[in-house]
This record gives sequence, C-alpha cells and structure tokens, in this order.
Amino acid sequence: MAVSPRSSGIASADASSPAGKTVLGSEEIRRALTRIGHEILERTDGGSDVMLLGIPTRGVPLARRLAARLADTEGVQVPVGSLDITLYRDDLRLRPARTLGRTEVPDSGIDGMVVVLVDDVLYSGRTVRAALDALNDIGRPRAVQLAVLVDRGHRELPIRPDYVGKNLPTAKRELVRVLLTETDGEDAVTLHVTPEVTR
Amino acid sequence: MNRHLISAADLSRADAVAILDTAEELARLAERPIPKLPTLRGRTVVNLFYEDSTRTRISFEAAAKRLSADVINFSAKGSSVAKGESLKDTALTLQAMGADAVVIRHSASGAPHRLARWVRGSVVNAGDGTHEHPTQALLDAFTMRRRLGRLEGLRVTIVGDVLHSRVARSNVWLLRTLGADVTLVAPPTLVPVAVDTWPCSVSYDFTSVLPRSDVVMMLRVQRERMSDAYFPSVREYSRRYGLDGDRMALLPDHAIVMHPGPMNRGVEIAADVADSPRSTIVEQVANGVSVRMAVLYLLLGGSSGPPEPSAQASRDGAGGDDWDRGRSRDARSTADVAAAGAGTAVRR
Repeated sequence: MAVSPRSSGIASADASSPAGKTVLGSEEIRRALTRIGHEILERTDGGSDVMLLGIPTRGVPLARRLAARLADTEGVQVPVGSLDITLYRDDLRLRPARTLGRTEVPDSGIDGMVVVLVDDVLYSGRTVRAALDALNDIGRPRAVQLAVLVDRGHRELPIRPDYVGKNLPTAKRELVRVLLTETDGEDAVTLHVTPEVTR
Repeated sequence: MNRHLISAADLSRADAVAILDTAEELARLAERPIPKLPTLRGRTVVNLFYEDSTRTRISFEAAAKRLSADVINFSAKGSSVAKGESLKDTALTLQAMGADAVVIRHSASGAPHRLARWVRGSVVNAGDGTHEHPTQALLDAFTMRRRLGRLEGLRVTIVGDVLHSRVARSNVWLLRTLGADVTLVAPPTLVPVAVDTWPCSVSYDFTSVLPRSDVVMMLRVQRERMSDAYFPSVREYSRRYGLDGDRMALLPDHAIVMHPGPMNRGVEIAADVADSPRSTIVEQVANGVSVRMAVLYLLLGGSSGPPEPSAQASRDGAGGDDWDRGRSRDARSTADVAAAGAGTAVRR
C-alpha cells in the first residue's frame, strides 16, 4: 500500500483520474535528494556527528539514499537507522491496532549526535511529534532536524521541516502517494483526489 | 484482531504471525536503557488469579507495566473470593472499576470463556483448568522461531502429562496452525481420550521419537491435578519418559529442549539437561514478557469496538479471521464451563 496516511483535498482535472497526477518523477526525486544531501552537509559542518533515522515505511529507504548521497559527495559515512513511531502515536485509539515497524538505532547511540529524521510526507506533524517522543526514550541527541521529500502543509502542531524536497500545496481532500523503488518498484510522487473525506 | 484471547485454537495463522512479529519488535525495544513505552497509558489491566502462579502473573504484570498500563493484581486468596463471591460478581465488580483487560487464571476449564460475556473489556486466558494457556503456546512458538528460524515443517515432540496439560493443548493447536508437526509422547494413562481428534500424532516410545525431533518440550508432572495413580512410581515415569543426558544425546545437533516451568528436576527433566546450552527454559521466561506485551498491545492498543481485520491480515489479503472462531472445540471444556459459571460454591 502506497497511500500515505498523511494525505487527502479538492478536485483538479488531473488528480481525479485513478492514476493521479504525477508531481515528481524519478529524476526529480533524485535531484531533490541530492539537494537535501548538500544542504545537510552545509548545515552540519560537512556531516560531522550526523545520524539519519528514517521513519518506516518509506522514510527508511529515503534515509539510506541520503546517506549514499553524503558518501558520494564528500565521502562521509554517516550512520543510518530506522525509528518506528507506532507505539508513540496519539491516534492509536482511533483505529485497530497497527503492525509495528522496525526500530534500528546504530550502535553508536544517539547521545550527542545531530539526528536527522527522514520521512516521505509531512502533513499534520503528528508523526514527527511521536518521533520526538520516541527519541526521548532512546537518548539525548545534540540536535534533531527533519528532512521530508514532500511538505503538503496543513500542520496541526508547531513543527517545521529543515530540509524539503518539494513544497506541495494541497487541499485536505487530496491524497499524496510516494512510491519508491525499494518498496513499490518505481520512483514517483502522485496526487489523488479521494472520493470521500477521510479525516 | 478480536477482543479476547481465550484459546490458541481460535487464532488464525495471520493473527498468530502478527503476534509473533509484534513480539519480535517489542523484544528489540526491551534492550534499550528505558524499555518503557507510553502506548497503553491510561488503560487498566486486572490480573485475576484464582490459582497460584509466579511466572505467568509476574510476566503479565511486567508486560502491562512496560506498556504503561495500570495494573491491578487480584488473587483469590485474601480477597472476597475467600468469602464466597462468585466469578460473575467478581467480574461485575471489575467491570464497575473500568478494567480494559482482565487476565484470568482459573482452575475451571472455560472460566475465561464465561467471563468474556460478563465484562466489557478484553479477556486474556492465562490458563484455565486443563483446557488452554494460549500465551504460553505463543511464547513457546516465539522461542522456537527465534532459535530455529522457522516454524513451518518443524518436528515438535511434547512429552509427559498431556492429560492435565493446558500448555500441551494450546501448543498442539497453535503449532498446527503455524505449520509444525506435533508428536505427543506420554504413558497411555496420561493421554486424553479424545486425542484422535487433535491435529497431532501420538507415540508411547520416547527414545524412538528423539532422533526425529527438532524440539522436545517436557511437561511438568502435575501432581496437584492427579487424583488417581496414573503411573506406578515417579522413578518408573522418570526412566521411561524423563529426559536425561543419554536421551538428549539422541537428538539432532540443532535440536532444542523446552519446559514451560516450574520444573521437577530429576523427574521429567534431569538437572544437567535443564542447564545445558540446548535448554531454552530461561529464554522462554524472557520471551514471555515480549509475547504478552504483543498480545496486550494488539488487544488494547487500537480502538475498542467491533473487531476489524487486523492490518497485517488485510495487507496479506488473508482477511480478518475472528478470534472467536471455533471456540470450545473440546467437550471437556464445555462441561467445565457450567461449573465455572455456577461460581465458587460448586468448586468447594
């Protein structure tokens, strides 16, 4: 399933087709990640003490790709891991129990590191809030930053991203799908109109 | 996922695998400096224990506390049960206190099944009479999967007092659901009459089964449930059905030895076997907490209300099997349900 839970808006001619409107293709995703990689290097003194933690499902391959960019650009090897936030969600009681994702924190631990959280879509900001809570139980990073492939707006919490692949103004009824080769066999970001309001 | 966990026989393959996978992730979190999770904050779990238990009660208590649930321990001794309160009245009291889950152990088979009709929260069976002990079977399956990497096609031999063992019963159903082949080995007097309806084979010759076993699970001789002479002497039982070093040597190299505890060292299992590297007895206890956390999370972590297909099941396209499916397959348990329903007066 490729539908991001942080998604949903208003009918436009393209987006109402079943395949949706393609917002980013594989080339654009590649370029966005390359740019974010450069920005991370700029803002963290060449990637010193940086750790990338992807939020499952699609944040994890994105974090791995970013790490590969950092290695290609400046030859820095940054630790990569995953941070599952299911057990920290604030909406657990609204839906049946969810399957847990994998949390894998690199052996060095997060204490004193600059942790960059990586996710596919930033929407309400609630996932990021949960991720901050989860980090709190693992250790005390020096700083926490946020990198997202798509920022679709509609924040419900005072949270902002540090690195954005694409700012995508959406309506709440629209649905943003992120497809990645690792999980879905292709790279694309598409915009859909949901038949009914989901939230 | 359904609201209750009463019998391992009710679990679909998708549900069972979802519990084991969840337990796997939770076990990894247990290694953190702060293993506590906020997931069940504000939920109340009542441990309702009508029978003595150390590890199961502590295990459920630890599991609930790690998920930040409030835990109320209730044991029959020193409570109003000693004054003659029936199970139903106790259940209504718990309901009034707002218990989100009741973990019950009872000497009457079927007591959790009855309780489930009287309380609004989830009921988790922590062992009822000689019927079932589903979380023990889940932690056993979890331990096997961790040690041997799979369950499908695994040859599991369960040895000993099958007649009185709720652990054996739950394991037979769960392991069958998960694709393992179960062989029961016991003296003929300790094999249930209806065993031919169980999805397993039966042998009376322990030694011949050993070379073909990936897992040997030894059961405790439950003398507290034995009113008749089921075997001539403990020594003879131990000779024919006990696991000692010589018998263990017949096992394949990768095989593991399990025991649900508490052990009678020198009766069903020799001390050197219990302490050998093949033995998973201590691991089983640690895994018990992870598995019970998974069960509590899957029962209480989501919305309460009508059961919906679990996320895993719908993703696999397997559909959502109801945990209630096929309940009380056992004639024995149905008979005992009546006794449990009538309350403590009958049991005395």
